[in-house]
Amino acid sequence: MIEANDILVNLLIFVMASFLGLELIRNVSRLLHTPLMSLTNAISSVSLVAALLVMAHAESSLVLWLGIIALTCATINAIGGFMITERILKMFRKGKKNGSS
Amino acid sequence: MAVVELLYIISAALFILSLKWMSHVESSRRGNYAGSLGMLLAFIATVLAVAELRYDIVAYAIIAGGIIGAVMAMKMPMTAVPQRTAISHAFGAFAAALVGTAEYLQNNLSIDKFTMGVISAEVILGFLTFTGSIIAFAKLQEMISGKPLIYPGRRIVTFSILAGAVLCAVLLVIAPQKQFVFVIMSVLSLIFGLLMVISIGGADMPTVIAILNSFAGLSASALGFVLNNKLLIVAGALDGSSGFILAIIMSKAMNRSFLNILFGGFGAASSKNGQKGSVRPISSDDTYSILEAAQSVVIVPGYGMAVAQAQHAVRELASMLEKNGAEVRYAIHPVAGRMPGHMNVLLAEANVPYDQLVEMDSINPIMDTIDVAIVIGANDVVNPSARTDKSSPIYGMPVIDVEKARTAIVLKRSMASGFSGVENPLFFKETTRMLFGDAKDSLNQLVAKFKENK
Repeated sequence: MIEANDILVNLLIFVMASFLGLELIRNVSRLLHTPLMSLTNAISSVSLVAALLVMAHAESSLVLWLGIIALTCATINAIGGFMITERILKMFRKGKKNGSS
Repeated sequence: MAVVELLYIISAALFILSLKWMSHVESSRRGNYAGSLGMLLAFIATVLAVAELRYDIVAYAIIAGGIIGAVMAMKMPMTAVPQRTAISHAFGAFAAALVGTAEYLQNNLSIDKFTMGVISAEVILGFLTFTGSIIAFAKLQEMISGKPLIYPGRRIVTFSILAGAVLCAVLLVIAPQKQFVFVIMSVLSLIFGLLMVISIGGADMPTVIAILNSFAGLSASALGFVLNNKLLIVAGALDGSSGFILAIIMSKAMNRSFLNILFGGFGAASSKNGQKGSVRPISSDDTYSILEAAQSVVIVPGYGMAVAQAQHAVRELASMLEKNGAEVRYAIHPVAGRMPGHMNVLLAEANVPYDQLVEMDSINPIMDTIDVAIVIGANDVVNPSARTDKSSPIYGMPVIDVEKARTAIVLKRSMASGFSGVENPLFFKETTRMLFGDAKDSLNQLVAKFKENK
C-alpha cells in the first residue's frame, strides 16, 4: 500500500526534521527546559490527526473505540500541554531594580 | 485535497517556529501560541480531509479530552510539574500505541512488511513509554517509593522481556496475520516499561523523563510512517530530538551514560564510610549575623526546596538580603529537582527574576569571591567528593563548588545522606555551618530576624 518512493521521502523528512529539532533545541535556554518539555509534549499530541484518520476508516467498533480513546488522550495533552506551558511562561519575568513583588 | 496538504505544511512550519521562539524567554510565549495555532490547523485540516467522520463522536472526545486537559493544567500546583509531565507522556504514548494497534487490526490481512515493522516498533515504544511514564508519575507523586526496586537477575529479566517483544515483532513481519503474537508483543512491552522505570531512583528522574519524552515523540513519528502522514513525522521527530537533547544534557550533568541510568539501579547503594569528623551546627541567630554581614550571597536550591515548598520563603529572604545591600544570585544545577528546569520554574513561581538564575558553569569560576553560599535541600549536586574522591559513586559529576565560598550554610532536616547514599564531605568542612530543621521554618525565622532588626 505504501510505495517504496514514499518511504524514502518520509525517511528524508524524518532525518531533516530530527536534525532541525536537534539544532533548535540546542539553543533553548536552560531556564526554559520545563516549559520546553510541556510544549514539545503538546506538539507531539498531533497524533490526534492519526486518531481521526483511524476513526474515519474504522471497519469495526473495536477499531473505532481505540481511535476514540486515542483522540481523547491526545486532546488532553494538546489542550493541557499548551495551557500549562502558558501558565509556566507567564511566571518568568525580568528583574526590576525596586525588588519587592 | 491540496488545501489539506497546504494546511499541514503551514502547521509543520508553525511547530518549527514554535521551538525556535522557545529558545529565549522574551519570545517564548509567542512560541507557545504558534504551537497552539499549528495544532488547531492540523485538526481542522484533518477534519476537512475525511468526510466519513462521525462528527458527533469526535466532538464528544474533543470536549472530554479538552475539559480533562484544561482542569489538569489549571488546578495543578507548580511543584507538581514533573508528575504532570510524566503523566502527559503516558497519555501521548498511549494514544500513539492505540492508533498503531487500531491500524494493525484494521489491515493485518493486507499489511506489507515495512508497515508491519514500523507498526511493531511504534507499538513497542508506545506501550513501554505508557507504563514507564505511569510508574514515573507514581514515583514522583510518591504513590510508590522513589527508591529503585532492585532484585537479583534484574537486568536479565528486563532484557529478556524486551528481547521477547522484539522477537514477536520479527515474527509479525514474517506473518502479520497472527494476532495473538501482536497481543503478546504489546503485553511484553507494557511489562518492560514498568520494570525498567521501577528500577530507577527518584534522582535519575530528570533523565528518565527526558528519555520518555523522546520515546513518545518517536512513536508519534513512527505513526506518521504507517499512515504516510508527513506532519506526524515532522512533529514527532521534533519532540523526539528535543527529549534526546535534554536526556544528553541531563546525563552529562550526572556524568553517566543513558544505559547506566536506565539499567544501573543507581541510588540503592548505602553509604559505606561513616562520618568523617563532626559537623558544625549553627543557630538561626548566628546565621542571621553571618548573612547580615554578607555582600554577596549565592543560593543553591535542590529537590528538598520543592519538598518543603520553601521557594516563597527563599525569595523573601533574598529580598531582605538585597535590601541589606547584598547581591543575591541563585545557582542552578542542571539536574537539581526531578525534571529538567524544575528549580527555574519553582523560583519563577515565587517571583524570582530569571536574570538572577545562574547556571553552574557561570557561578563556579567566581565562587571564591562569594561571601555566603546557602544550600537549600540540595546534597549530591554540591558534593565536593564528585571532584576529589575517585572511589565515590558520583565521581566525575559536575557539581556546584559551594565549599569554595567563604562560608557555606547548609539547610538540612537531619544528617541523612543524599539520594545516592553518598557521604557529603561538604558538611564536615570548617567553613560549613549546618542549619538543621525544616527549610521553610528556618528561612522564615531568618526573614523575621531581618524584619526585627531593620
